[in-house]
Amino acid sequence: MSNDIEFEPVIGLEVHAQLSTKTKLFCGCSTAFGAPPNTNVCEVCTGMPGVLPVLNAQAVELAVRAGLGLHCTVHERSQWSRKNYFYPDLPKGYQISQYDKPICTGGKLDIEVDGQTMTVGITRIHMEEDAGKNVHDDLVAGARSYVDFNRSSVPLIEIVSEPDIRSSAQAAAYMKAMRQLLRYLGVCDGNMEEGSLRCDANVSVRPKGTEKFGTRAEIKNINSFRFVQQAIDYEIERQSELIRAGGKVVQETRLWDSQAKSTRSMRSKEEAHDYRYFPEPDLPDLVLRDGFVAEVGKRLPELPSDKLTRYTSKLGLSPYDAKILTEDAEVAAFFDAALATHKNTKSIANWVINEVLRELKGNSVESLKFKGDAIGELVKLIDDSTISGKIAKDVLVELMAHGGSPRAIVDSKGWVQVTDTGAIEPIVDQVLAANAESVEKYKAGKTNVIGFLVGLVMKESKGKANPAMVNELLKKKMGG
Amino acid sequence: MSKEAPIDRAAVLHVAKLARLTVSDAEADALTRDMQSILAYVKKLDELDVAKVPATSHAVHLETLLRPDEPRPCMPLEKVIANSPERIGDGFGVPKIIE
Repeated sequence: MSNDIEFEPVIGLEVHAQLSTKTKLFCGCSTAFGAPPNTNVCEVCTGMPGVLPVLNAQAVELAVRAGLGLHCTVHERSQWSRKNYFYPDLPKGYQISQYDKPICTGGKLDIEVDGQTMTVGITRIHMEEDAGKNVHDDLVAGARSYVDFNRSSVPLIEIVSEPDIRSSAQAAAYMKAMRQLLRYLGVCDGNMEEGSLRCDANVSVRPKGTEKFGTRAEIKNINSFRFVQQAIDYEIERQSELIRAGGKVVQETRLWDSQAKSTRSMRSKEEAHDYRYFPEPDLPDLVLRDGFVAEVGKRLPELPSDKLTRYTSKLGLSPYDAKILTEDAEVAAFFDAALATHKNTKSIANWVINEVLRELKGNSVESLKFKGDAIGELVKLIDDSTISGKIAKDVLVELMAHGGSPRAIVDSKGWVQVTDTGAIEPIVDQVLAANAESVEKYKAGKTNVIGFLVGLVMKESKGKANPAMVNELLKKKMGG
Repeated sequence: MSKEAPIDRAAVLHVAKLARLTVSDAEADALTRDMQSILAYVKKLDELDVAKVPATSHAVHLETLLRPDEPRPCMPLEKVIANSPERIGDGFGVPKIIE
């Protein structure tokens, strides 16, 4: 093959999302992250002889929710299958999964890349249990490893995309949109560091302009947006180089090594693809009762794309502001709560975006000592002239440090705006006397100097004077 | 296993390998014969028209049973680890597998 041939990648992603349940898929053990090894385990999730799995109702609800959010067909009847393989982290010697009759099929997810919207097809969503964790700790285990089964049987959904993705940037955008949606739906917390959301990427390349797919490699172990992009870029380059040099891509499982920034073959998985699936004898088919899917549909929260449309078309926010506010489910809920307290959309949007989010410096709004309604209350205090915008910023500093209610803070600090002319006048007189030069300029027609004078009065009153009133008084006294 | 490819010795050895079973040559021959005869027996079903019969996944009909998402006490660590052939730290010791 010639050296200057251009290749086009064909990418499909398999996203594994941990369902936000309190307990595991088939037993009542806690799913809490960070417990000491093997303390969230029982007979069922360690695969002791004679135990039987009992399905978690909430896991089913969350899987259906994901299916509806991704516009899938949710099947009233789906089936559990055994996926058989041997690995130390798999206590039963099989994983209970879904195979040829998954709970959801045929959906889509819209993503945005470089300002362009594109649709990625969803092939299927199936439910499955997670495996345990092999721990390699030389200090504890020396030349051996040990297994922690806390994760064993934690409920997951695997969301398989169509091979619709054509660049690493699109893949990263897909991951981001998927995480956003799942967090909105309350299906998955999206915590990639804790392994709640991870993905495998199927990557192949083909000469640009051709139809036939190339041989694909499956890259495992991708747990950040950056790694999705890096791993796929590396793999596209590796496969393209290989073909240019006259070689052939072999179908294999490769592991992304984030330290070496490369993928490498996982020999252990070579023949493991023969999983000998068969229907799980210990679990009957999953049959959703009549009307269940419709009920879940009614409980579905507003989706990110719908929220974005509502913010721009109904609330009149700019697309830029709407995008910032809807990016994260918690931020959007925070904004909605603020707006429910006081209906000044533009002002509240500004306060949330320019003040609250900036102060947060990337931390979650859930870490705040106050909720959205406090910002609604704060803007209301400005709007009814109880405080000035400047004092409002001081109130926010108080809120960030100690929480509480803006009204109570204003009252206890004595920050209520002074609207009493008698109290403001002496300060105005004092400022005019000390700035004769500015007064002259004003009288000579340079009226914009009034801003400077208002600023001085505000400073002198420690921000408590009503700026409009100060403006008025200054004009009157300077004969404007 | 499709109609065209009845089980052969290679298939028996492959499945044995996947199941981590060691089979001797004699056992492999015997298993191939047994499995062939079992499959030939079941193949009689091909004579029936089952196009309209849904595939059976379970011999006994059972309703879907669901459990509320409420945590229950787990097993005490000592009891869990008692089932480990080799305790390492608070985990189950296994050969080191590094990919």
